[in-house]
Amino acid sequence: MTLLKVENLCVDFPTPDGLVRAVNKTTFSLEAGETLAIVGESGSGKTVTNLALMGLIPPRTANISGSAIFESDDGAINLLSMDRNELRKYRGKDIAMIFQDPMSALHPFYTIGDQIIEAHQIHNKVDLKVSKARAIELLELVGIQGADTRIKAFPHQFSGGMRQRVMIAMALVNNPLLLIADEPTTALDVTVQAQIIKLLEDLQKEFKMAMILITHDMGVVAGAADRVNVMYAGRIVESANVKDLYANPLMPYTQGLLSSVPRMDRPHTNRLSAIPGQPPSMIALPTGCSFNPRCTRKSEVSGSKCETQMPELTPRGNGHLSRCFIGEGV
Amino acid sequence: MFAYISRRLAVSLLILLTVSFAVYVIFAFLPFDPAALTCGKNCNDPGIIEANRHRLGYDLPFFTQYFLFLKGLLFGRSFGEGAALINCPAPSLGYSFQQHACVTNLIGEALPVTFSLAIGAIVMWLALGIGLGILAARFRGRIVDQLSTIFVLIGTSLPTFLTGLLLLVFVVIRWHLIPFPSGNYTPFFENPFEWAQILFLPWLTLAFAYAALYTRFVRSSVIDTSNEDYIRTARAKGLSEGVILGKHTLRAALAPIATMAGLDFAGLLGGAILTESVFNLPGLGRLAISAVVKYDLPIIVATTLLAAAIVVVMNLIVDILYAYIDPRVRVA
Repeated sequence: MTLLKVENLCVDFPTPDGLVRAVNKTTFSLEAGETLAIVGESGSGKTVTNLALMGLIPPRTANISGSAIFESDDGAINLLSMDRNELRKYRGKDIAMIFQDPMSALHPFYTIGDQIIEAHQIHNKVDLKVSKARAIELLELVGIQGADTRIKAFPHQFSGGMRQRVMIAMALVNNPLLLIADEPTTALDVTVQAQIIKLLEDLQKEFKMAMILITHDMGVVAGAADRVNVMYAGRIVESANVKDLYANPLMPYTQGLLSSVPRMDRPHTNRLSAIPGQPPSMIALPTGCSFNPRCTRKSEVSGSKCETQMPELTPRGNGHLSRCFIGEGV
Repeated sequence: MFAYISRRLAVSLLILLTVSFAVYVIFAFLPFDPAALTCGKNCNDPGIIEANRHRLGYDLPFFTQYFLFLKGLLFGRSFGEGAALINCPAPSLGYSFQQHACVTNLIGEALPVTFSLAIGAIVMWLALGIGLGILAARFRGRIVDQLSTIFVLIGTSLPTFLTGLLLLVFVVIRWHLIPFPSGNYTPFFENPFEWAQILFLPWLTLAFAYAALYTRFVRSSVIDTSNEDYIRTARAKGLSEGVILGKHTLRAALAPIATMAGLDFAGLLGGAILTESVFNLPGLGRLAISAVVKYDLPIIVATTLLAAAIVVVMNLIVDILYAYIDPRVRVA
């Protein structure tokens, strides 16, 4: 069953220097229980895509268009056209989100128990005791030792990894259908990162929920995702299931991303390669393919097609999509 | 927590002792002869001056005088002997020869006036400043915000003596919005209605200036807090905007206000000199200023010391209070 179907999502931020199109005609879908990874550099539109889906972009700061049909427990809803007050009923219940920096994402003045109980109480008309029991149950589930006493602790009394666990417990308290994890491990120690990803994978199976995992860590993607969307300058440039993407990346940007990851299974004499150049300014995008100034393979395309024409995201078989003239029509 | 409070109390005492010494040094080494000042403007009789000098202990060495001052604070003090004996019970802050009264008694009369003035004013300016600040932040860039900016500009630029006079002239005399505050200051426990009626304009005058500052501060604090990640988390949970503002944003945004309000309140308790003068209120500020004009040194020492003590004590209260507001500063 398709849980979420996003079509032609555009997010524009008017700025004094011009219109910034942070997300440009993004189309993708997500099956129930599936994990979709969205990868890309900073500013590629990964986070904005998901904030738009959650309705968390402050009104009047952006123009959002397109549609996002979500199969909620009470039928299909369009997340983008829905009244903000209506959408509130689904936020935190059917769709939950965890953020990059667990240090600042929890309110410093309230105990973690209060914050989790609050998340449960908004969407459930139940006694406080029920919510408290639910909070303790989830804290235990995410691996907080002595949850029944730690529930009275404040966020600053936890380490970063533990806080991210608390955030996860809070997000899952209402059994969401979809969990959006926005770089959940970026702010954490490397040793803790693996634990959190493992925890998310386990919980996803247990809760049978779909997950959108936003990251720029290709290692995390390989381990956790079913499908991968690679984003560049506000557009999806490649989309494939995870095995296909690693075995056969079609877009030069994806190839660059993958070869910039250190691999244990390659001879260690090879230097890590980096993608040359900088991500483009979102106000003055290059004409043609946004990636063309940095592309090392554009000589393979005849003429100046890369500089003048934006390639379409086209199917290359087996559900693999690529936005590149190389290999098009093969 | 108890250990923390006792440690802070000990430090506070030490600070007060230092302040009292500093004030006493100023008192003792000013180029005025305190004994000569005790016998009036045109007093030239060296006999009376010397007699007064001896009665007040001004002929003793400096450290003995300071010690006697501290002793008087704890155990009371008497001046002179026989029929001319004057007794000021503890805590004695000295004797004002010009007013013919123990300084402690003078302060005892003036302090409730200043306290009444300060407490009413702080209630008004907190209500106005916080309310307007929140509105301005909530409707940033819109008409409420722009009006509040105008209010802030006027409030911060008008000096209180001018605000006070303008209020008197327009609100009372021209527009008859409230009756003229007739009569003298009436204590709250004697007639609360008259107390409030007489203090209303002074409250408004003080509140006007402070409310402007608080509006500015609350506005930026609320805006800063609403950009915090934990507010985005609250929104992601599905909370309504009202709950997000009322529970999540304000709790964090208003915490620094407690510190600010405590210290401003302490400052006012030391005497609101201008406002008390404009409205003819017999408070600490007026007591101090009239003492300064007349070189009534014991009163100057006492009011300075009291103002310092209030600030020190208020600082302590604010710090303890803050630990309750913000769990991160709680000491284990």
